[in-house]
Parts: sequence; C-alpha cells; structure tokens
Amino acid sequence: MLQVGLEHFLFVSAILFSLGIYGIVTRKNAVMVLMGVELVLNAANINFVAFSKFGNFGINGQVIALFVIVLAAAEAAIALAIVLNVYKTFVNINVDEINKLRD
Amino acid sequence: MDLYDIIFYLFALLTLVSAYFVVTNKNIVHSAFFLLFTLFGIAGLYVLLGADFLAVVQIMVYVGGILILLLFGVMITNKITNVSIKTGTIHIIPAAIVIGLFAGALASIMVKTQWQTESAKIPFTTSYALGKSLITEYVLIFEILGILLLIALIGAASIARREEKE
Amino acid sequence: MSENLLIQLSVTILFLPLLGFFAVIFLNKKIPNMYKFELGVISLTFIATLLVLYGKLSGYIDETIIGTFNWIDFGKVPVLGSVTIELGVKLDNVAVIMLFTVNLISMLVHYYSVAYMKDDIRYNLYFAYLGIFTFSMLGIVITHNLLMMYIFWELVGLSSYLLIGFWFEKDSAADAGKKAFLVNRVGDIGMFIGILILYTNYHTFTFDEIFAQIQNGVIPFGSSGWLTAAGILVFMGAVGKSAQFPLHVWLPDAMEGPTPVSALIHAATMVAAGVYLVARIFAMLTADAMVFIAVVGAITSFVAATIAITQNDIKKVLAYSTVSQLGYMVMSLGVGAYAFAFFHLVTHAFFKACLFLGSGSVIQAMHHEQDIREMGGLRKKLPITYVTFLISTLAISGIPLTSGFLSKDGILAGTLAFGDLTGHWLIPAIGFTVALLTAFYMFRLVILTFHGKPRNKEKYDHAHESPKLMTVPLIVLSTLSIFIFYTPNPLSPDAGWFLGEWISTPQTVVPQSSAFEFMNDGTTGTSNEIIHSQIYEDAMHHAHYPAMFLSLALAGLGIFLAFVFYQWKKISADKFAESIKPIYQFSLNKWYVDEIYHYTVISGTLAFSKILHWFDAYIVDGIVNGSAALTRLISRISGLIDTYIVDGLVNFTALFSGFMGLSLRRLQTGKVQTYIVFVIFSVFVLLWVFNSI
Repeated sequence: MLQVGLEHFLFVSAILFSLGIYGIVTRKNAVMVLMGVELVLNAANINFVAFSKFGNFGINGQVIALFVIVLAAAEAAIALAIVLNVYKTFVNINVDEINKLRD
Repeated sequence: MDLYDIIFYLFALLTLVSAYFVVTNKNIVHSAFFLLFTLFGIAGLYVLLGADFLAVVQIMVYVGGILILLLFGVMITNKITNVSIKTGTIHIIPAAIVIGLFAGALASIMVKTQWQTESAKIPFTTSYALGKSLITEYVLIFEILGILLLIALIGAASIARREEKE
Repeated sequence: MSENLLIQLSVTILFLPLLGFFAVIFLNKKIPNMYKFELGVISLTFIATLLVLYGKLSGYIDETIIGTFNWIDFGKVPVLGSVTIELGVKLDNVAVIMLFTVNLISMLVHYYSVAYMKDDIRYNLYFAYLGIFTFSMLGIVITHNLLMMYIFWELVGLSSYLLIGFWFEKDSAADAGKKAFLVNRVGDIGMFIGILILYTNYHTFTFDEIFAQIQNGVIPFGSSGWLTAAGILVFMGAVGKSAQFPLHVWLPDAMEGPTPVSALIHAATMVAAGVYLVARIFAMLTADAMVFIAVVGAITSFVAATIAITQNDIKKVLAYSTVSQLGYMVMSLGVGAYAFAFFHLVTHAFFKACLFLGSGSVIQAMHHEQDIREMGGLRKKLPITYVTFLISTLAISGIPLTSGFLSKDGILAGTLAFGDLTGHWLIPAIGFTVALLTAFYMFRLVILTFHGKPRNKEKYDHAHESPKLMTVPLIVLSTLSIFIFYTPNPLSPDAGWFLGEWISTPQTVVPQSSAFEFMNDGTTGTSNEIIHSQIYEDAMHHAHYPAMFLSLALAGLGIFLAFVFYQWKKISADKFAESIKPIYQFSLNKWYVDEIYHYTVISGTLAFSKILHWFDAYIVDGIVNGSAALTRLISRISGLIDTYIVDGLVNFTALFSGFMGLSLRRLQTGKVQTYIVFVIFSVFVLLWVFNSI
C-alpha cells in the first residue's frame, strides 16, 4: 500500500459522491433523496479539506467547507419543509409518483 | 504502513460501507442510522486532514442537527403506526450502469491528473485561524450566510405551516 | 410721523383691500353678510389714508419718501449682468393726493353700492371685486417703478373686466367686458414694449433712476428718437386705459357694468390711471412725444364731445363726457401743464363720480330706464340728486366757484400758452371748442332729465328719492366740487394750497436738443422740487385771463344754447338735427369708429383667420393626409412581407419545434431522478468527448 496522500482522500470522496448520486437517483422516498444529497455534499467537503491540506491553500479550504455545512443545514431545513408540504398535498412523498413537472 | 495510514483506512472503510448501506437499505430508519456512521467517518477523515474544528462542526451540525431533522421528516411523513417505513427503489440497473461509468470516469481523471502536492502549514489548532479569516477575508460571505440562515428559518417555517383555512 | 411709519402705513393701505377681497371671495358662500367685512376694510383703509395724507403734507411736504425692497435677485445673468428686481413705494404729494382721491371715492362707492346693489344675487362677490379693484388701483398709485406699475396695470384691467361683465347673464355685458379687456391689451402691448426699451437701456424699472440716467446723458440706443419712442409706447398704455382715441371704444360699452362701478372705475379712478402714468413719466417726455400726446388728447376730447351731444342714454353721455375730459387731461400733460392736468384729474374724479352716482340714483328711481327721452321733470321727485347733479354739471362746464372752473381754466391757459410758445394753435382751438360743447351737452342732459314735463308719466309717478346711503355720497362728492377745498380765491387756482404748495411740475430731464426750448430754463424754486420752466409759467400767467374770459363766454354760450334748444324750445332740436342730418348721424353713430374697426380690424382678423384655416385645411392637413396615405402604403407592403415571409419563417419554426417536441416528449418523464441520470450521463459523454478520461 502506498503512503496515504491526496489521491486516497480523493478516491474516498469520489466513491462517496457516486454513492450519493446513486441514492438520489434510485430511492423513492424524498427523505432518502435528501440523504443522498447530504452524501454528495460531504464528498465535496472532503475534497475541499483535502486540497486545503495537500495543495497549500492554507485555511481557505476549511472555511469553504464550513460554509458548505451551513448551506447544507439551510438546505435540509427548507427541503424538509417542502417535503412536509408535498406530503400534505399528495399524502405521500414518493418522488416517482410526483410528476406534475410533466404536465 | 504507520498508524496514520491504518486509521485512515479504517475511517475510509467505515464511511464508504455505511454510505453504501445508506443508499441501498430498504428500511428508511436504518438508512438514517447508517448515515450517522458515514458522517462520523467523515469527521474522522477531517481529523486526519488536520481540520479539528471542522470535524467538531461536522458532528454537531450534521449529526446533531441535520440527521435529527431528517429523522423527524421520516417520522412525520411515514405512517409509523402502519409500519410502512420500508421504501422501494426504482430502475436500479440503468442507474447502476451510469453511476458506475461516472465513478470510473472520476477515478480515471484522478489517476491521470498530475497533482501538485505541497505540504501545507496548517496550524495546530485551526479555530483561531478560521475565526480570523471569517471576520476578515470572508466577512461579507459570513454575513450573507447569516442572512441566508435567517431567510431559511423563516421560509421553512412559513412553507411548513399548516394552512388553517382549507 | 416718521418716514418709515408712512411707508408702512401706505403698504398697509395697499394690502387691506386685498385682504378684504380674499376674505370675501372665500367666505361669501358661508357668511351671507360677508360684504360688511369689505365695508369695514375699506373704511379702515380710508382712515389710514387720511393719516398718510396728513403725515405727508404736514411733515414732508417737499420731500419724496421712497421705501424699497428687493423682490427677486437673479444674480448674474448673461448679457444683462447682475439683475435684481426692486419693488418699492414712492410717496410724493401727487401719490398721496391720488391715494386720498381713490380711497375716498372707493369708500363712497362701497357704501353707495350697499343700497344700489341691494337685490343682486352675487352681492358679496361684487364687494370682493371692488376690493381687488381698490387694491390694484392703489398699487398703481404708490409704486415707484414701471414693473410694479405694469403688474397692477394688468390687475386693474382684470378687475375692470370682472366688474364690467358682472351681469354676465346679459350678452351685452359679457361682450363689453371682453371688448374692454381686448382693447386694453392693444395699449398694454405698447406699454410693455416701452418698458422693455427702457429696461434694456437702463437696467432698472425705477422711475427716478431712469430719469437720473437720462439726465446724465444716457439715451436709449444712443438716439433721442428712441427716447421719444419709449415715451410714446409707454403712453400707449395710457391710451388704452384712459380710453384715448383711437382706443376709446371700450369705455362707453363698459357702461354695461353696474353704475357705481362706472362711477368708481370708468370715471374717477382707473381711467385716470393712464393720466397718472403719463404724469409719472412726464420728466422723460421729449418734445415730439409731448406734441403727440397733446394731439391725441385733443382729438380724443373733441371726438368724444361731439359724440356726447347726440347720445340719448344717460350713462353713455356721461361716458363720452369722461372720455372727453380724459382727453383734456392728456392734452394738458402734452402741452406741459402738468400741475393742472393732475388738478383736473382730482376735481374731475369728484364731480364725475358724483355725476355717475347721481345717474345711478336716477336710473334706480326710473326702474332701470336709462334713456333720457323717457325722463324729464325729475327735479321735483329727486331734489337731492338734482342739486348735487347740477353742482357737478356746473363744475364740469367750468362755471366759477366750482373746482372744475379752476382746473379747466388752467388747462385752457396751458394750451393757450403752448400755442403761443410753439405755434400749435390748433390745440387751444380744440380745447375751447370742447369747452363749449361740454357745457352744451351737460346742460342738455340736465334739462332733459330733470327739467320740463315728464315724458313717461307712468315711470315718473313711481320715481322716488334714493335712500340716505346713496344720497350722502352724492352730497359729499358735490361738496368737494366747490372751490373752497382747493383755493381761497375762486378765480386764481395758483393762490391756493393745492397748486401753490402741494403740486409742482417736475423738471424735464431729456437732452436740450430734444426738449422744447421753453422747457430748458429750469430754475430752482423755493421748494425742493424744480419749477420746470419760468418761461412757460410766465406764458401761462399771460394766458390766464384771456383763457378765463374766453372759456367763461363759451361755457355760457353752451349753456344758453342748451336752454334754447331744450328748455325754452325756441328752436326744435329735432328739426335742427334733420337739417344737418349727415353730421347728426355721424355723431349719433359715434363717428362710426366701431364700424370702422368692425370692417378693418375685426374683419381683417377674421379674414386672416380664414386664410389660416384654409392653409390648415388644405396644406397642413394635406401634408398630414399625404403622409398618412404613404404610411398606409408602406404598412400594406410590410403587411404582405409579414404574412408570407416572416410568418412563414415563424410557422416553419413552430412546426419544426412541434415535430421535435413530439419526438422528444418521451424523454420527459416528469421525474427529477430520470433527469439526474441524463445529466450524469451527459457529463460522462462530455468528459469522453474532451478526452479527459
């Protein structure tokens, strides 16, 4: 095994990203889709922090990661509110059945 | 293979495996709990990357906030009494193929790229430096984020509010 | 009284009637007796006027008090330099006496109107109009500059318009108001141009500063011709307002207004404003301008007197007599008899106001009958009116012991002296002829109205003397027509205080070359002001007695003739008129001036309008229609292009899009997740295409 370096972290984040996308695409439940989104955001965050450490960007990468976490929190709150509203309207939150966008 | 590497592999494994279960598990509550492990693993990776403050924030915000929020979402929107907590998946095979191709592409890019690495001088404790840059260099973004959070708060409340007259 | 107090008092006098106007006009609907406020205001004004008169004549008899303030400061203006507009009050003896005259008559007319206008529906409004008129007139009197004069000039024009057309339900009244306004405009344009000439050259509107600059040899545009022109142009304003020939046509028509208004505005005050204006600019009049003014005045007095002889409407006779007397004053100024012109202005104001108010009393007694052929014998029914009317008639005819005798005599002496000094003998000749005519037509009026037998029995029987509110002003005014108020010696006005102490003629300031020779020997008199010319004064003294006897003889002849024709009926007036029918008709139809205007100015304007209309209809409209047709043609072509080419393209695009949509709609599942798969796949394809993998 090689010495753990940038590539290792990037690899982990790439797999995590793909898994996130997979979750978003395949799950029926809207809350599960949200979880996928969280995975994707975390994958991106790992990249930021990793580049911050190995690319000599100082503290900036971490700051951006911090912002992303904040955004994620806001996004989660709004998304859940929307989910609740959708639930009230359609009595379910299965995204494959909510295809009003087509009409 | 020193201790650092071993710890890295442990955390990476924890993260990825639990992430896999998050996206594949049929039971939504189980998924949420696997997400918990994933987030912990990522926090561990942050520690390995020298981002101690970020790791703490990760646990506090994600585990303490977002995850709980998600669980609440699950609880409210699924009729728990009817135990229809299981959830299905759709068109797995085309998705798996495409995502597999995409993951391959990412890996390929990663390998092909000549990364210029240079060991950075990350301070031993990052909270001081983080705090300083938040109120100097990134102060505008910081303020805007504050407003954004406020808007999100009000927005979420107003969207989720039950319409009384209907 | 200090000078400042006088200035403040006079400004108060100016604005009190305006206050009355605003109060009455805004509250007349709510408070039915609002006119009483205006009465109070005018009485207060009169008391203040008495104070000013006393203060000025007792303390500052030889001084001119001037108070100014800067109205607008324009700062630096291109071409003109720094421009400030200054308003101010100039109190000299002329202004103060005028102030007194205007306010006294105004007050008397106010009280008279209370009875006269009794049953009018717009009672309060009438008093509001009287208020704004008084305000405007006082503004003219006390101003010290031309700009303010012009502003108030237009304001009196406005109030005159409002009051002439007060009974606007009658077409004739509304038309008369319009006519007065429009005819006055003609004169005012001239006055405005004159003011502009003066301002362009002197950069000030103030009389005294203009005079000072002229005296220092500054002449408009470097030519004394321009100075003459400026004088004549400003005089144009007076021609309009004082109803001088050829703009006199509005005044007789203005008799459509209520009779007290005729007395106040169209006999005593406003029409005298023109004379007052000429008196104000007297010092800057050149010899040519003065001759022009004298000739205009002479023509006016003659024309109006000849018309007055044949008129049968009691107010029309008085109107033409007013025009004639105004012509007298203007002529007097033209010949240089400044003091007598102003003197006549004052005396005339009193006795003519009395005559008009008396005629108002007669008209009311006769139930709004104005035709003197329907009257007669009213002497017994209206004793007070008759006596006051007779005194005023004696005054206007120039009979000794009256004020009219003093002032008229002086004017005639002035014309005689002028004829003697310059050789313009026609002017005194006209002056004396008019004196004869005046006596004749005034006594014709008196005899036909008050003497003889009643010609309309029914109306005569219903006639009765007017109430006290109307007779008291008559008595006051006729009393003021007696010599004693002006001079102790009934034969010599110069011996009195009015001419001896109060009024002195200003020294001319125009360059020697363009003034009359006899005007140039200015010697400083005992008073501060300069006695303008010793030669002229001497000539007037020489002319005094001849003029007096001649005018007396002529007035007596006129009165005698009037009695012969109308009282004793030795000669039938009708038959006499028949024998000189063309002349009679000419006079009866007012020299056909209105007709001439109708066929020249009015028809000309109408014809010009028609030409313009034709131009509009055929040429302007033609161009418009042509361009419209052209536009239509272009539109049609572009419409064709639109339909077949543009629409074709659009339709093709739409068809194409529709086709594509039909074939691609299957991709649209409406599910977000499908779209994400597409996105990821597209990213992969892009990476592959760009060889990044």
